[in-house]
Amino acid sequence: MAQDPVCGMEVNEKEAVAYSLYKGKKYYFCAQVCKRKFDENPEKYIKADSDKGEKVGEEEEEKESNSIEEDSPGLEKTAEAKKERIDLPIVGMSCASCASTIQKGLSKIRGVDKANVNFATSKATVLYQPKLVNPADFISTVRKSGYEVGTASIEIPIQGMQCASCVQNIEKALLRMRGITKATVNLATEKARVEYIPSETSLAEIKKAIEQTGYKVLDIPPEEELEDMERIVRVKEYKKLKRRFFIGLILGLMIFLGSSPRLFPWIPPFLNNFFVLWLLATPVQFWIGWQFYKGAWGAFKHRNADMNTLIAVGTSAAYLYSLAATLFPSLFESGGLRPEVYFDTSAMIIVLILLGRLLEARAKGQTSEAIKKLIGLQPKTARVKRDGMEMDIPVEEVLVGDVVLVRPGEKIPVDGIIVAGKSSVDESMITGESMPAKKETGDEVIGATINKTGSFEFRATRVGKDTALAQIIKLVQDAQGSKAPIQRLADVIAGYFVPIVISIAIATFVVWFNFGPSPALTFALLNFVAVMIIACPCALGLATPTAVMVGTGKGAENGVLIKGGESLETAHKLDTIVFDKTGTLTKGEPEVTDIITFNSYKEDEILKFAASAEKGSEHPLGEALIKKADETQVGLQDPKNFKAIEGHGIEAEVEKVSVLLGNAKLMRDRNIEVKGLMEKAENLAQEGKTPIYVALAGQPAGLIAVADTLKENSIRSVKKLKKLGLEVIMLTGDNRRTAEAVSRKAGIDRVISEVLPEDKVHEIKKLQSEGKKVAMVGDGINDAPALAQADVGIAIGSGTDVAMEASDITLIKGELQGVVSAIELSKRTIKVIKQNLFWAFFYNTIGIPIAAGVLYPFFGILLNPIFASAAMAFSSVSVVSNSLRLRRVKLKV
Amino acid sequence: MAAKLIVTVSGILLIVLVNWYFFFSKRKKTEASFKEGRIQEVRINVKGGYDPDVIVVKKGIPVRLNFYRDETADCSDTIVFGDFNIRKPLPAFRTTSIEILPEKEGEYEFTCGMGMLKGKLIVR
Repeated sequence: MAQDPVCGMEVNEKEAVAYSLYKGKKYYFCAQVCKRKFDENPEKYIKADSDKGEKVGEEEEEKESNSIEEDSPGLEKTAEAKKERIDLPIVGMSCASCASTIQKGLSKIRGVDKANVNFATSKATVLYQPKLVNPADFISTVRKSGYEVGTASIEIPIQGMQCASCVQNIEKALLRMRGITKATVNLATEKARVEYIPSETSLAEIKKAIEQTGYKVLDIPPEEELEDMERIVRVKEYKKLKRRFFIGLILGLMIFLGSSPRLFPWIPPFLNNFFVLWLLATPVQFWIGWQFYKGAWGAFKHRNADMNTLIAVGTSAAYLYSLAATLFPSLFESGGLRPEVYFDTSAMIIVLILLGRLLEARAKGQTSEAIKKLIGLQPKTARVKRDGMEMDIPVEEVLVGDVVLVRPGEKIPVDGIIVAGKSSVDESMITGESMPAKKETGDEVIGATINKTGSFEFRATRVGKDTALAQIIKLVQDAQGSKAPIQRLADVIAGYFVPIVISIAIATFVVWFNFGPSPALTFALLNFVAVMIIACPCALGLATPTAVMVGTGKGAENGVLIKGGESLETAHKLDTIVFDKTGTLTKGEPEVTDIITFNSYKEDEILKFAASAEKGSEHPLGEALIKKADETQVGLQDPKNFKAIEGHGIEAEVEKVSVLLGNAKLMRDRNIEVKGLMEKAENLAQEGKTPIYVALAGQPAGLIAVADTLKENSIRSVKKLKKLGLEVIMLTGDNRRTAEAVSRKAGIDRVISEVLPEDKVHEIKKLQSEGKKVAMVGDGINDAPALAQADVGIAIGSGTDVAMEASDITLIKGELQGVVSAIELSKRTIKVIKQNLFWAFFYNTIGIPIAAGVLYPFFGILLNPIFASAAMAFSSVSVVSNSLRLRRVKLKV
Repeated sequence: MAAKLIVTVSGILLIVLVNWYFFFSKRKKTEASFKEGRIQEVRINVKGGYDPDVIVVKKGIPVRLNFYRDETADCSDTIVFGDFNIRKPLPAFRTTSIEILPEKEGEYEFTCGMGMLKGKLIVR
């Protein structure tokens, strides 16, 4: 073994990538990079080689403090140390005291001259001596105080790394750079993962640094391109397969026609010659059919057997038998057999199976279309405002807190909250809602949606992996990868399938050989081949995954995120659906529903005084009044002498008129006669509304009713769910009267009211103990335990809150219609899976015995191996095509 | 008659051989190597199966399995670790890393997307 003088790695002389001759001695290298370095300055390495011991020590020191090494030793001795400044973006500061906590922490670090943390700009500015301290320490200090530094992280593919020392070289070079906080290089994946502060360095600089160490940086492939690469390879293979199929088809047809002179007497006689047929069949067997041999051998080595094994063994048997009959016909004749060839069988089987694979590949490509569409939605660049400058940057470099500019017609790059401007945004790609949503300051925007009319600026709140789109993609990918429990049996069978089929085929051969009619050998062979060829584990394996992929993808397109095959399967068995009331069936915010006048006051007047008086309160009912007043523009005034009377109401003075708002008891206490309003108040309460008495200048003036109103399509959705045969139940903490009023309106028959939040789980359990399969619909936060307890938890989301741990199904848009869609989709998907599995099982359990010839003694029916191969090829195609039907399901959202 | 006997006996022997080879023959175990003491690493070649296919790892230490898919055949295009809820596509002629923290001792099977190619992760 020789030693690479540059990196110190041990190199086998015979396997060395390169060598150099220097001063009559041969030096071996592990990589071209090492050789290049050596050739540039051989003395440096020969010398280093001789005092290796010291070098190792140096290296370790270097690892410990990268920054020291940057300066020359001479400078290190000078008293006046060089100072540097760094700006760190801080994430998670909620108040000015957070800023001072971080500032204190940073100031204490040795080597820091001055640290200043600005709460308004969310930035820490540190003046430090690079010889004494590394900026990485600042980051760990900030993190220790409980805050996060706004770093970006990226994976960079690198080419040309061959040994572990290459990894170290790159890592070291990166860590030496300003603004890089973490760098790890993985030799196996040939990628560097770099964490950096975007304001201090850029991707271009990082790439440059890696290239300076002598390695090539490949373009960073976004997810989309990775998919594209896969597609390119597939397209190429598909073309190759197609070409081979057509050549095979021509050859196969010639063999087929030539093999049956009695059926096709018009065929030129030379095609009937065994040797010509052999000549034609050989390329089909070993060139066009090579992939089966390759696949079969690969599997065999790993003690696996698959489709390829069956096809390779089956066709080879037919081919070899025919070859023997061609070359040694006398052998057959002496045994009393007519030499016959079955080159048509082996060739046509191969051609038909290739056709099946072609069709299957095309169909399978379509099953993942939905996720490709989602990935394609990801925007590439963002225009951000930093230090007062507008700049276009890759979307990966956008940080939380950045102000992003969006113009009409542009894609919104990340999630955030609008800080200036207004517009309407097309969110259909995320929520499935086709109407554009109006957005103004304070509203949430979702990345990947399209800005329609106006320009606006927003503050980024979620970037990278945290954006709603990224989470949706992950959720859908996970879901598409999952299996439904219904598949379990098929999987167990698939694992044992092929060896068992081989055993059955051998047994078939033996039985036919021993007990079959003459010529026994021919029957035995053909039936052996037929059994091998007709068996199709592929159809079994594809039955569920393809349907789950199409089904979950279809859901995602409509704003319904399904966690996986299991959720999908349970959802179709549901018989009970429980709705949380507030925020699920209803909007969750009280609204003014009725204004009843008294003593000749006008509606507007009552509202004006009542809402003005409420301006001082923070009660949700008050907010409803103010909102209504704003809408009708009655002209709000500022109240004077505002006083809240706990549990009863408020009093205040508006335009020198005393205003009293509250319940009946408050009115009685103040000796205000409200008898004339009592009955109306009672009626309102019956309807589930909260009546508020209004008295102006000591006289009763009217009633204002406030209620949490139903969402627009709650009634329609409940009706549809009932039509689907589900029992709909409402669960609420409200008192019975209010609850019943709301449920009546929504068309719900059963109400569980006065339930404390923590008892919701208990109520779900109770329903389950009645033997019901229960779905719970609620918001993902307050109802999380109940969602988790239910057989299927359906979380109603809003905008960017996508990842809801406790739920099985998440509805991105807070509309109940999604519940109907989810259940409908689940029913359709499971139906398709059942059809697929039935077809696959039926096909194999019927096909194999027929191919083995069990019907022959009774009906004289035998299966020609060519038909067997056609049936096999189309069984998997039919399964995939059946799953693809789900794409056409219409879900109204 | 002799021919029938030979065919019967060799048929039975062949069936036994096939079933022994695919179901019962012993597979070689491969232990994961330690990288800097923090992580256990194994490189697995994927071509008609997993090579190595029985991998022994230590409990409680993160495991990185580097799958290199050396073929384009559809069968191996996805790797599934059912117990860890992992299902990942394996792009052809590329290395895909899968990281797992084995917290409990036991045997965990991993398979291709359809459950036909099999391997085992043994946690000790």
